[in-house]
Amino acid sequence: MKLNGGQALIKSLEAEGVDVVFGLPGGAILPVYDPLLDSPIRHILVRHEQGAGHMAEGYAHVTGRPGVAMVTSGPGATNIVTPLLDAYMDSVPMVCITGQVARPSIGTDAFQEADITGITQAITKHNFLVQSAQDIPMVVREAFHIATTGRPGPVLIDLPKDLVDANSPASAMEWGWPSDADVAAELPGYKPNTKGHPLKIRQAAEMILAAKRPVIYAGGGILKSRAAAELRELAELCDIHVITTLMARGAFPDSHPLALGMPGMHGTYTSVMSMQKADLLIALGTRFDDRVTGKVSGFAPDAKVIHVDIDPAELGKVRQPDVPIVGDCRQVIGELVHVLRELIAHGTEAADRSAWRSTISGWQERYPIAYEPHVEGDALKPQAVVEQLHAAAPEGTILASGVGQHQMWCSQYWRYEEPYTWVNSGGAGTMGFAVPAAIGAKVGRPDHTVWAVDGDGCFQMTAQELITASTEQIPVKIAILNNGYLGMVRQWQEMFYDERYSEVYLSLDVPDYVKWAEAMGCVGIRVESPEEVAPAIDKANEIDDRPVVVEFRTDDREKVFPMVPGGRSNDDIVVPPFQRSEEI
Amino acid sequence: MTARRLHTLSVLVENRSGVLARVAGLFARRGYNIESLAVAPTDDESLSRITVVVDVELTPIEQMVKQLNKLINVVKITELDPRDSIQRELCIVTVAVDRDRRNEVLELAQIFEARILAVAHTSMVVSLEGEPDKIDDFEELVRPFGIIEMQRTGRIALAKLERSTSRVRHIDKAKAS
Repeated sequence: MKLNGGQALIKSLEAEGVDVVFGLPGGAILPVYDPLLDSPIRHILVRHEQGAGHMAEGYAHVTGRPGVAMVTSGPGATNIVTPLLDAYMDSVPMVCITGQVARPSIGTDAFQEADITGITQAITKHNFLVQSAQDIPMVVREAFHIATTGRPGPVLIDLPKDLVDANSPASAMEWGWPSDADVAAELPGYKPNTKGHPLKIRQAAEMILAAKRPVIYAGGGILKSRAAAELRELAELCDIHVITTLMARGAFPDSHPLALGMPGMHGTYTSVMSMQKADLLIALGTRFDDRVTGKVSGFAPDAKVIHVDIDPAELGKVRQPDVPIVGDCRQVIGELVHVLRELIAHGTEAADRSAWRSTISGWQERYPIAYEPHVEGDALKPQAVVEQLHAAAPEGTILASGVGQHQMWCSQYWRYEEPYTWVNSGGAGTMGFAVPAAIGAKVGRPDHTVWAVDGDGCFQMTAQELITASTEQIPVKIAILNNGYLGMVRQWQEMFYDERYSEVYLSLDVPDYVKWAEAMGCVGIRVESPEEVAPAIDKANEIDDRPVVVEFRTDDREKVFPMVPGGRSNDDIVVPPFQRSEEI
Repeated sequence: MTARRLHTLSVLVENRSGVLARVAGLFARRGYNIESLAVAPTDDESLSRITVVVDVELTPIEQMVKQLNKLINVVKITELDPRDSIQRELCIVTVAVDRDRRNEVLELAQIFEARILAVAHTSMVVSLEGEPDKIDDFEELVRPFGIIEMQRTGRIALAKLERSTSRVRHIDKAKAS
């Protein structure tokens, strides 16, 4: 079958099972948008290319399928650089297609030319500059294969216009869909190892049973490998508490008696201290991020480490593991459980951990995640708003957030019971992530309610995508915690810069969020007093035919606690003031 | 100079455009120091070999190898121990020397088995092939005459044959754990 390159691209996406593409057309990618008209693939027309990237990420987070974004060359491509970084840092499977100027013009500083494969080399798992129309199906197959296997990540395909334009002779190609073997032959240097080494797994199992103070440190890899059930089996079999990182919230139910919540800079006291005092860290699909470890030399000083990750480069990058295991979390944990059962059946007993359990429950009782109650006349407590949003949320609600204080409160005060109900920007910390990511999540899971909790600073970065949501009929719900400030920056200036507030105040009243929401085709609601909170949330939950924006006016003095100050050891954790008075 | 811990990595990569930029870019952005780098296609035209000498003062070699292995176009990495490998470098030097002392340079060239490529009234061009240490020594000895220009290729290396091959560390992607 003779096709042109543009048709071949769309046909390849169809063959990969793509049901939706987030994008915005422009000169160089125009020829691909023409055959798109005849395709069953849904296209969501964004208002800024950054939105397309984060939507693709949100879609990927909740479905596990790769998100696809398509934009034009030059500024279209550079506008999607931030989402590529975001997806790279959080290992999100994503395929990004960019238009490129025609091959004879490459290198001439042509109109809307940018060396996007050069620019994105450091922030994509891999990228391709397509050299021939005939290569298009193979490149698409390779891109999806690389994006979704091993440690997932973003892959970019740069498509010169002359290879896709029906009027260009170079766009002629003979259609053929490569086989798995063809793809493997094209990628001689890509062989992700998914099966853990049996000897190491046995060693890990023995260590787990012998440990007196073990704790599981579960990361985003649990979700990427779809290992939530295996994680739970391991925890319950060995009666070991589970810490879930920011990227792993939802991987283990918060209501479970063994759940300890989030570790790190704003983690629960119990998570942080149980790592510090543990004699064994069972690190699963996680990368010892600096926000988790604090000062590395002071992190978990007494712990031996079992580290399971599909990316060999993570083992020993930050902390040298005693038992390194390269492999897919789901397979390795499954094997580990199998070996543990064998050992137990043959009479190996787990060490006595009663003292450790009572230490943990002591910390939990004494230092729960908590905030001071609302005082009559004050602005709303942001933590209370998150709690009330959660209380009223229909079952299966997906929560997305931006980056900053509101993000930490979402991790601390929302209760995650199911995997894939939390969408957030962890490694990159991309402000403005929430609105487009929520839209992508809703496209991927239209039967679920999707809330985004956003800060006022974040909202102003990408709010225009609500126009996309309105026109494409994607009814997401946005809660803005409006304190008029870049809240996390304010918190640092208050705590570490002698309350010298430099360039951190935005404005409480400008913009008018209700009017802005309405102008974008959404319902807008403003909430200023505690009595209005629940009714506003209920009203928002009832609206299903358009997006809703609820602005909550919150207390700008509220800070996120606990907190491990930047660069300090986790032992220096700071609890909220009202818990300090109880200290010994 | 002698205190620096240099390792030689032989990196087999797909012979495609942009691969060298990916490898060099990785070294730059991860803060690894490249001492020298040489690249050319192998006997299999689909593959190129990059011989890179790295300074491992700051970063353990294991982490470098693992990060390199993550590049999709990298096929195989071998760390070559100088004792178990053959390492060679080529160097061309233009030495400032007039006729009075020309014989001294010629004598040095003879000892080092260097070749005289060109002679002018006040300078000579000499080429020398050999182990990197030998080239270092030659450089030091001709320096007092005055080096006008000098170009070294960076080292290329292959594992020695037979008995020593077992001591070569093959770092296979699938087995790197």
